[in-house]
Amino acid sequence: MGKSINVSLIGNPNTGKTSLFNRLTGLNQKVGNYPGITVEKKEGICKLDRSLKAHILDLPGTYSLNTSSLDESVVVETLLNKNSKDYPDVAVVVSDIENLKRNLLLFTQIKDLEIPTILVINMADRMQRKAISVDIDLMERELNTRVVLVSARKNIGVDDLKKAISDYKNLQSVPCVNASSIDPEYFATLKKAYPKQSIYKLWLVITQDVNFGKIDRNRDLEDLKSSSFAVKSESDLKKMQHKETVVRYQFINGLLTKVLNVDKSQAKDLRTRLDRVLLHKVWGYLIFFVILLLIFQAIYDWSTYPMDWIDTFFAKASSWAQTSLPEGPFTDLISEGIIPGLGGIVIFIPQIAFLFLFIAILEESGYMSRVVFLMDHIMKKFGLSGKSVVPLVSGTACAIPAVMATRNIEDWKERLITILVVPFTTCSARLPVYLIIIALVIPEQEVWWIFNMQGLTLMLLYMLGFGAAIFSAWVLNRVLPIKRKAFFVMEMPAYKLPMLKNVGITVLEKTKSFVLGAGKIIMAISVILWLLASHGIGEQFTNAEEIIKEQYAGKDLSEEELTNKIASQQLEHSFIGYIGKGIEPAVRPLGYDWKIGIAIVSSFAAREVFVGTLATIYSVGSDEEETIKNRMKAEVNPILGGPLFNFASGISLLLFYAFAMQCMSTLAIVKRETNSWKWPAIQFTAMTVIAYFAALAAYQILK
Amino acid sequence: MSDTIAHLKRGEQATIVSFNEEQVPLKLLEMGCLPGNIVKMMESAPFQDPIYLNINGTFLAIRRETAQQIKVKRHG
Ligand SMILES: Nc1nc2c(ncn2[C@@H]2O[C@H](COP(=O)(O)OP(=O)(O)O)[C@@H](O)[C@H]2O)c(=O)[nH]1
Repeated sequence: MGKSINVSLIGNPNTGKTSLFNRLTGLNQKVGNYPGITVEKKEGICKLDRSLKAHILDLPGTYSLNTSSLDESVVVETLLNKNSKDYPDVAVVVSDIENLKRNLLLFTQIKDLEIPTILVINMADRMQRKAISVDIDLMERELNTRVVLVSARKNIGVDDLKKAISDYKNLQSVPCVNASSIDPEYFATLKKAYPKQSIYKLWLVITQDVNFGKIDRNRDLEDLKSSSFAVKSESDLKKMQHKETVVRYQFINGLLTKVLNVDKSQAKDLRTRLDRVLLHKVWGYLIFFVILLLIFQAIYDWSTYPMDWIDTFFAKASSWAQTSLPEGPFTDLISEGIIPGLGGIVIFIPQIAFLFLFIAILEESGYMSRVVFLMDHIMKKFGLSGKSVVPLVSGTACAIPAVMATRNIEDWKERLITILVVPFTTCSARLPVYLIIIALVIPEQEVWWIFNMQGLTLMLLYMLGFGAAIFSAWVLNRVLPIKRKAFFVMEMPAYKLPMLKNVGITVLEKTKSFVLGAGKIIMAISVILWLLASHGIGEQFTNAEEIIKEQYAGKDLSEEELTNKIASQQLEHSFIGYIGKGIEPAVRPLGYDWKIGIAIVSSFAAREVFVGTLATIYSVGSDEEETIKNRMKAEVNPILGGPLFNFASGISLLLFYAFAMQCMSTLAIVKRETNSWKWPAIQFTAMTVIAYFAALAAYQILK
Repeated sequence: MSDTIAHLKRGEQATIVSFNEEQVPLKLLEMGCLPGNIVKMMESAPFQDPIYLNINGTFLAIRRETAQQIKVKRHG
């Protein structure tokens, strides 16, 4: 194998960094997390020539090296820490020809760190349309840097870039702006004390905390903070940073007047016209609403087809395994534990893929920033921002993709709050539970001529979920002791046609990370549940078949009825049955019996299991008349007498399901996204406690 | 009382005069919000918050409370 060098892609957001990364690495990439934090780490391999490979790191987008977010501090730490295994041999700074002035600010800072640098000017394909011309040769001389004109979209100049990277030994690493000029005296003393370090690196370490309260992990410079160089007050340092920015812009303006030429009269402005409509105070919201409906339609409706196929496929696979594998506990494990467990993961793929397809398109086209703009004012009131809207809305389909969609929120506190409250929104798995209980306990009655009581109840439950989410966001914003970025500055990118390759890779990547990340945990939980439900000790369990046969000896039961009775006898005396009996005292004040208790326990794996479990327990499927609904209707409350499912216990159940965190898959994904068990544990406990007391209050008041 | 960005009407242009250094994030400066640069008001959301601007060629949105900190001189 040949040699490998480290290449870091650095640039402002929206400069096409990711597109270029995709061009360079293709599918040869992997996404992970930086150790200990939740910032996404994208790495890939690019073959430069026969003997040289580049290990490419796509650093998070950043506007400058003055950090104000976790994402940005990752960039700075990678660039400051020479001992890091990611420390770049070559820094490729990506800029956008249409935003060159702003993009160059970051470039001048990187140059000052004395890292070998290449400047990529991306989106070259837009130059003609926008009547822009640029003198690359002159620019290379003025900046003392290799400059490559690229179009990631049209795949132009990418080979030139690879050549420039291969030639890494000849890249310049001389600063182009003299930052010390903002306070020569101060920098001179600094240089004297640390003669071996780059002066700009020292400056960055000193100022790192001013805008962003995070400890710096540069051990070798730890003493700098406490040394005499910390004499400057925070506001002095801030003033100096302002001054530094001005100095850099002076340099950039001087440069650009020489090398860049934009014929403004030629520019056609698509942006202004589109924004006039899409951000309109009425139409803007209407259009957003229609787009939401479309996304919903896809997640709810279109995905039912592939989901049905997947369901059928796994059911078939399971029965195939049962019939064609040799009988025994191992076959049972495969056919009743592993295959359904696998199915429980794969079934979510269509919804996840659809949601991310839409999000990627909205993101790529530039529309997402407009949504944030439209919704920010409303969300601000609850301690969130416009960026939380998409996750909260997608939560109504399924909380899993919704939690994954929070990655677009840069502010950690806001992202965490959104993740924690998303499971309150009424996801599609609650629907079967709601529907059957509503049908049982809410009268089918018209109110105010057009509304149906049952429909109204369902709507109230949706509103309850959304209200709970918003309200807990408001509370969490007050109680969580996390510092937040106290301001909101968002770039409004140009409208662009989404690139198929980028959209495809995003959908693939997110789906993969779900299957591999949460999949393992879902799988484990379902196998455990199966074990508990299919095993038991004692006479009643092991001899279930004989006992039932004896009990119904005289009666003429069909084969199927008998099987169901046996299954229900076994479940009652399985481990999970004992658990159900064990928790009965806890659920009795809510108006439930041990069977509902079991259904609740097993629906901690996934809510929709509720109906299925009750179906097994009540052993339905026999007579045509005996639907699950009628069975439930016929159940009698063992203590009070009267129907078990009455108005009070029904409402109590509805509230329990509305608030409880009964979804292992969501907990698994929350663990993945927050990188700790702490948050899913808190979420689980808080939601379950709220659910319990809401249900308790409802039952005790209504009974 | 001098004008701030929050006073601009849609399509109106102005030159940035000064701002309160404590209240305006460095990020905004880095995006080109510096005295002497030209700012154009593009759109505003209901309640004039947030506000969508073109500052020195960069398109960005800021909240109203930040916009109120930036003093400008209106053009003509
Ligand atoms: N016209 C044009 N658009 C591009 C080019 N490269 C990327 N884009 C688009 O620019 C937008 C931002 O790209 P992305 O790679 O997500 O940027 P990032 O935020 O820097 O990672 C997307 O809509 C891309 O499709 C290019 O070379 N030409």
